[in-house]
Amino acid sequence: MNTITQPVPQLQQTRRRVPPELTILLVLVGISLTFEILGWILQGQSFLGNTQRLSIMILQVSVIGIIAIGVTQVIISDGIDLSSGSIVGATAMIAMSLAQVGTFERALYPGLTDLPVIVPVLAGLLVGVVCGAINGLLIAYSRIPPFIATLGMMVTARGFAKWYTKGQPISFPTDSFAAIGKGLAPVLIFLIVAAIMHVVLRYTRYGKFTYAIGANKQAARVSGIDVERHTVKVYAVAGLLSALAGIVVASRGLTAQAGMGTSYELDAIAMAVIGGVSLSGGRGSILGTMIGMVIFGVIISGFTFLRLDAYYQEMLKGIIIVAAVVADVYRQRKRVKTA
Amino acid sequence: MVSPRTAEAIKHVIEETERHGLLAIEGIRKEFPGVVALDNVQLRVRRGTVHALMGENGAGKSTLMKIIAGIYQPDAGEIRLRGELVTLKSPLDALEQGIAMIHQELALMNWMTVAENIWIRREPKNRFGLIDHGRMAEMTADLFARLRIKLDPRAQVSELTVAQKQMVEIARAVSYDSSILIMDEPTSALTDREVEGLFSIIRDLRERGIGIVYITHKMNELFEIADEFTVFRDGKYVGSHLSTDVNRDDIIRMMVGRDITDMFPKIECPIGEVILEVRNLTIPGVFHDISFSLRRGEILGLAGLVGSKRSNVAEAIFGVTPATSGEILVNGTAVTIGSPSAAMAQGFAFLTEDRKETGCFLSLNCLENIQSALITRSHVKGGFVDQSTVTKLAEDMARQLRVKTPNLYETVENLSGGNQQKLLIARWLLTKPRILILDEPTRGIDVGAKSEIHRLITGLAAEGVAVLMISSELPEVLGMSDRIVVMHEGRVSGVLDRADATQVKIMDLAAR
Repeated sequence: MNTITQPVPQLQQTRRRVPPELTILLVLVGISLTFEILGWILQGQSFLGNTQRLSIMILQVSVIGIIAIGVTQVIISDGIDLSSGSIVGATAMIAMSLAQVGTFERALYPGLTDLPVIVPVLAGLLVGVVCGAINGLLIAYSRIPPFIATLGMMVTARGFAKWYTKGQPISFPTDSFAAIGKGLAPVLIFLIVAAIMHVVLRYTRYGKFTYAIGANKQAARVSGIDVERHTVKVYAVAGLLSALAGIVVASRGLTAQAGMGTSYELDAIAMAVIGGVSLSGGRGSILGTMIGMVIFGVIISGFTFLRLDAYYQEMLKGIIIVAAVVADVYRQRKRVKTA
Repeated sequence: MVSPRTAEAIKHVIEETERHGLLAIEGIRKEFPGVVALDNVQLRVRRGTVHALMGENGAGKSTLMKIIAGIYQPDAGEIRLRGELVTLKSPLDALEQGIAMIHQELALMNWMTVAENIWIRREPKNRFGLIDHGRMAEMTADLFARLRIKLDPRAQVSELTVAQKQMVEIARAVSYDSSILIMDEPTSALTDREVEGLFSIIRDLRERGIGIVYITHKMNELFEIADEFTVFRDGKYVGSHLSTDVNRDDIIRMMVGRDITDMFPKIECPIGEVILEVRNLTIPGVFHDISFSLRRGEILGLAGLVGSKRSNVAEAIFGVTPATSGEILVNGTAVTIGSPSAAMAQGFAFLTEDRKETGCFLSLNCLENIQSALITRSHVKGGFVDQSTVTKLAEDMARQLRVKTPNLYETVENLSGGNQQKLLIARWLLTKPRILILDEPTRGIDVGAKSEIHRLITGLAAEGVAVLMISSELPEVLGMSDRIVVMHEGRVSGVLDRADATQVKIMDLAAR
């Protein structure tokens, strides 16, 4: 039999879908315009017109943005990472302890001062990768839910950061270490990280595997993907980026404290979720997270601009995060219905 | 120019292939803790044939397929592929040796494109080492052209129908140059039209020399598509024949080891007064103006093709998704049913279509599964379940329905489909329903359990229970029902009496 006479079920020309990023972008525009209008009414000045405010806003969110990039790929693989904030604290302490100047006589390691900047940076990144890899190993091989494994790491890493100096802050970094977080450098670092991860997720096997595992772990395994090994990689990369954020924070603050990065993990998750990364895995993009990050920044800076009480800000932040998840769930339900 | 040695080698392979067929399985044994799933079974699949693998649930078909697909390792026995002894260490290993399995639960990644699903782990790359999406789409289009599949390579898998997803899986299997394709009940979720499309592709693959192992419960499919078949029973090999050499009864005998003289033991029983009347039930865009009546002791069949919205009507009557307009009358009185518990208060019970999704609590034990509906309405005092009475009732019911389980504390996921179904029926019978709605009561369960359930249903009708039965199997509808309501695209297209209903008449009304 060479020709098929029976009708083969056929797909109509696929309609070009509106990319989800566009919807989120529209939300961003809407929120910005709302603040603009409220600004003119309540404060008698422009919200968007103030470039200084905007650059401060971007600077504020880009450190957490670096974490959000790592968290994005974790969530796409159907995981979650609660340990990023604590990894920030732990790496800040480690990196700073190796970045002190010799002229400071109470340096933590008097014999290890004035080291080239690469030493504290690599040491910090190593801490992050190790913490991330431990997360990944626990999740992949002992089958602990990601929530629990990273919760454990969150508490442990924070404890480690406090134990490291018995709670004392570490200060006086070398000039070269201090340069890492100076001025707009964090924004630049964020943009580079985001660009790399965008390409990695979209055009490399690493990215395809990440999406595949998040979309259907069993199918990924049947397709021959080593799900466990890839999971370890994904969490290690998330740890690496948290560590990078930790180094930037320490450098910018010229000091490291054990409490640094507290609740950053939640802000990073919020940015990803607002940016359309689905908590049920398989969907989301770096572009989305970037827009989510800006929305997050605009809201915080907008409330400050409107002189809203800081406590209101926090409550509203919580409501916005839940609203983003509700939107995601609603989108999924709609898809199921139309399918 | 072929060297004499190569020629010799080729000749050897051809001879071996002829001797053993494409795939030859011999003496396979597989034990799980406490059960021998397979005991010395064999299977031979020849090039370019469709080989059906039949047997009741628990016969060991799925276990063997998982061994062939590299998911399980056999405890003993050998697998020869083109005469060569092989070991299949993992699904990937099997795939690379040319054995692909189309899973019953489709194994595709939603939210990714068709092309990405097919070429995952083998993506074409451009000179920068990045994935070349354009080339990947072209490769997919070529593959689809060869298989005459019409699908957009860039479409998202989540937007495809089950039939289309299956085609993606088949294409993926072909893309690995598979010589053996295993299909586990591929038509269970397809419409007739889609089944035709699938069969065309299967015939086409057969023409190309691919050997297809086809697991099915449906006898007519066996005769339509299979060249040969093998029957397993209780983990043992029963026999293999050409499908032209046997008839339906022969196969059933091989499967159950006894004659089932009457697959649908319909007992004529007195039909009483009207207990349920449905008038102009409508959910706009889903179904419209559904009207029918149901009497005590009557079995009313609800027939129609997939997509005729029969299940939606049942869900509306039971209050899962209440209708937006129309009336439901019980014993002549209009009632409002806004939720399943309201329906149960009126004496309704509803066996849902999807045992695993909406029926069983798979991780709970039999007792917990049986009692769940009962304890929503009775046998609870001050929040405490009267467990001793309930357990006794559940045990009696389970015994009466002949549920096969070591005890009622066995987790339900360990039970066969037929026994799970009996448990669900037991759950509803404990509530002593006056109106029993059954949605595909025998889907995916083996022949023996099927006829037991049929006997049970007619028995209930004889006791005066009114039964509304949705079924996609025409012989079942014809054999069981006193009257048949046929639906087509959300509307009643006709009502037939038992006396003058035929398959042709039903199909005529259902397909329009």
